[in-house]
Amino acid sequence: MDLSIFVTYWPILVRGFGMTVFCWILGTAFGMALGLAIALCQRYAPAPFRWLLQIYIEIIRGTPFLVQLFVLYYGGPLIGLRLDALPAGLLGLTIYGSPYFAEIFRSAFRAVPNGQIEAARAIGMAEPTIIRRILLPVGLVSALPALVNFSIILTKETVILSIITVPELMYQTQRMSTETFRYLEANLVLALFFWFFVEVISRIGRRFERRITHYLIERP
Amino acid sequence: MFSISTFTDGFGPLLWAARYTLLVSGLGIALGLVLGAVICIMGMSKSRPARVFAALWVSYLRGVPMLVQLLVVFFLLPVIGIDVPAIVAAVGTTAVVASAYISEIWRGAINALPKGQAEAAVAIGMAPGDVWRRVILPQAVALSLPALINELILLVKASSLVSVVGIMEITRASQAQAGTTFRPLEAYLAAACIYLAINLCLAAIGRYLEHRMAI
Repeated sequence: MDLSIFVTYWPILVRGFGMTVFCWILGTAFGMALGLAIALCQRYAPAPFRWLLQIYIEIIRGTPFLVQLFVLYYGGPLIGLRLDALPAGLLGLTIYGSPYFAEIFRSAFRAVPNGQIEAARAIGMAEPTIIRRILLPVGLVSALPALVNFSIILTKETVILSIITVPELMYQTQRMSTETFRYLEANLVLALFFWFFVEVISRIGRRFERRITHYLIERP
Repeated sequence: MFSISTFTDGFGPLLWAARYTLLVSGLGIALGLVLGAVICIMGMSKSRPARVFAALWVSYLRGVPMLVQLLVVFFLLPVIGIDVPAIVAAVGTTAVVASAYISEIWRGAINALPKGQAEAAVAIGMAPGDVWRRVILPQAVALSLPALINELILLVKASSLVSVVGIMEITRASQAQAGTTFRPLEAYLAAACIYLAINLCLAAIGRYLEHRMAI
């Protein structure tokens, strides 16, 4: 074991960590937005469009993220889609996350009691208002644990971006280990780091869930 | 532009390489089921060290990306003097990662069974072994089936990661193909199609089994 490499390399590791967090936050936000759009379309759009979305969901959920990234980053230029590593990585994360988020939202919307929506219609609320005032707030509460859970899964998927040379934490660690030949130390530290990071995020997530759920449901 | 013939030519070698994908994910889940049962029993046991060990096991394996774990195992084994081929490291890592998720699946299924059933079985004089074999396990297995199929599908996709330690499975084979034909789009799309076909089949089998075993 030789941990002295970290003395020299910590600045690039910090940069890598920043990039990991950046990719994770943007990937989650975009993925969630796209997922929400898909879920709403599945509820309101005409049938053929819904089938297309279902096919999209099956394709993305049935193929590995690594292969999706390869198609996008190495295969994209053949059809004129030229992206740098970072935009390709972010787009990849967004696309990869969207069907999972869509399914979470879809089941959350189904959990909203129909009576509430019928009641809103009965008092003459317009459909967009119903979405904004009833479907989303009530649905989001029941979706929250699953949303937090999947965004934690996405933190771990960010390491795969290193393979298409997005300079996130794993990429920087690999660079460090090939320069120093210290593969084991670098990877062990990376593993411990992720363990810690994911534990912290899931704790924050749980606390956040409790607070929101309490605020929105349990208050008399 | 997209070349159909390159795309269709790619399927032969990729389908041949799929045997490694199936080996890694199939063996991974088979070993993971055994190991997951052990971890699940440890997690539910009365001994505190066993519970702590199970909790750490699950938290580490679920908290660390599989790609990182794979590289740790791959580089750790030679250091502690174990020289194993990459395929063993890959299957081992997959099984260990799977065990963490599977133990949680089983714990959830066992906890979901009404307590009254086990109590009733004890009350009519069943031995603890019989209670497990005849009352708890058959129902727990049926209950956990959808989650297990889900896990298997996730493992098939995760097996694409073992390409980085040099195992010639679908993803690695498609990379090789992209390198020789200079047509990455067709090669990777062909790989995606094969994964999709495998996973749709697994999902269909899962639905069938669920239907058959419904309680």
